[in-house]
Amino acid sequence: MHPFEFIESQTAEGAIHAVVADPQAVFFAGGTTLVDLMKLDVMTPGALVDINRALPDSIEERAGKIQIGANVRNSDVAYHRLIRERFPVLSEAILAGASAQLRNMASTGGNILQRTRCPYFREAHAACNKRAPGSGCDAMKGYHRSHAVLGTSESCIATHASDMCVALAMLDAVVFTQKENGKGRRIPFNDFHLLPGETPERETVLERGELILRVEIEPSKLSRQSHYLKVRDRASYEFALASAAVALDLEEGTIRAARVALGGVATKPWRSPEAEAALTGKPAAKETFRAAAEAAFSGAKPRRDNAFKIELGKRTLVRALEELWRQHS
Amino acid sequence: MATILEHPAIQPAVVTFQVNGESRALELDPRTTLLDALRDHLDLTGSKKGCDQGQCGACTVLVDGRRVLSCLTLAAAVKDKAVTTIEGLAKDGKLHPMQAAFIECDAFQCGYCTPGQILSAVAMLEEAAADKLSDSEIRERLSGNICRCGAYPNIVAAVRHVEAGR
Repeated sequence: MHPFEFIESQTAEGAIHAVVADPQAVFFAGGTTLVDLMKLDVMTPGALVDINRALPDSIEERAGKIQIGANVRNSDVAYHRLIRERFPVLSEAILAGASAQLRNMASTGGNILQRTRCPYFREAHAACNKRAPGSGCDAMKGYHRSHAVLGTSESCIATHASDMCVALAMLDAVVFTQKENGKGRRIPFNDFHLLPGETPERETVLERGELILRVEIEPSKLSRQSHYLKVRDRASYEFALASAAVALDLEEGTIRAARVALGGVATKPWRSPEAEAALTGKPAAKETFRAAAEAAFSGAKPRRDNAFKIELGKRTLVRALEELWRQHS
Repeated sequence: MATILEHPAIQPAVVTFQVNGESRALELDPRTTLLDALRDHLDLTGSKKGCDQGQCGACTVLVDGRRVLSCLTLAAAVKDKAVTTIEGLAKDGKLHPMQAAFIECDAFQCGYCTPGQILSAVAMLEEAAADKLSDSEIRERLSGNICRCGAYPNIVAAVRHVEAGR
């Protein structure tokens, strides 16, 4: 591992200042991504600025909205009464990811910023435009069974690995940050992550030294009638091949409103307005769900080994909608 | 320590923490994981290094009562916290009920994953509190602990044994 200095910070301002002052410094929260990638020499920061005592670690209800502090651990979000009751999709998505030990360590902010599991990104000697811009992409002709079919570019086809983020994308979460000048930003979740395009090394809209303080979600009829389904190679403790976060507002068998986001198949947490449009105003029925799935994947681009993900992703979405429909009818 | 001397600009991390109820103070290369601090600096070799990248669970310990992976935890980050390892579970020479149940149910073969399995199972029952868990829920909640020998049926039986006796 590359040597680094460990700097404790008691305040958000202090942590931001420390990262802005040193171009080699990064924020350190749960460490589940960072320490792993540092052991692989994929990330080689010269300083870790520990924010574990500097940020909120509670879940609060304010003005009808739920605020999740950036330092709240994934397991504490998943098992929180307010989250289970009003946002079942978020609880289910978090509990479908990683293991109990990792969920106890990983922070909310860190989960949002977690890096891809693309094996070429994680191998310091492979060509990877995300890790080493301009070096090429070994995944294009190499192993890419687990890679994305939506939101890809000629530079990068790496899948976004988070389950939690798929639920947050579906819930129209808002990310609140703080910057060097003390000013904050309010970033809608679906604007937070970037498509790879020609700059896959840029994964979010965050500026250098900008720190996530909290995430806000608003309960609604939709958020209460929500569900997450994940399909993977093993029964547990495995990344998604395909997943779907769904919410339905049903009235006498008709879908008044719908929300759909997909995971395991895209380069960022993938909200699907196409699927939502195909569901809205239609009767709740398998044919409607299938039409939504067709719409969700209409722009999908398969490669040699991951074409199966298109049909798998469609079936995952249909099954997620069917399960939710059955729960609420 | 040699690594620090090779990089004189890097300050060692001074870590004071509780391990199995005892206060410990270490001066460490900041790169030292909690797992390496326990094994190499405190001679507590019960916590095992399997994959060393957070995928097998053999290194599971409790930090402030919560199960975590010590291979992905930096020792510097557990300052002032309380760590429990497999060496700290038995009290007054008497095995913890989960340790006794693992023996009773023959819940291991080679034993390498066992310290992690036991600590994970102890924490899992704490997390579940009064909830009654099905076999599949126990399996799901323990999925972060891999057993290459495949002792899973007996591990589930051991957990059931302890659960029934609470």
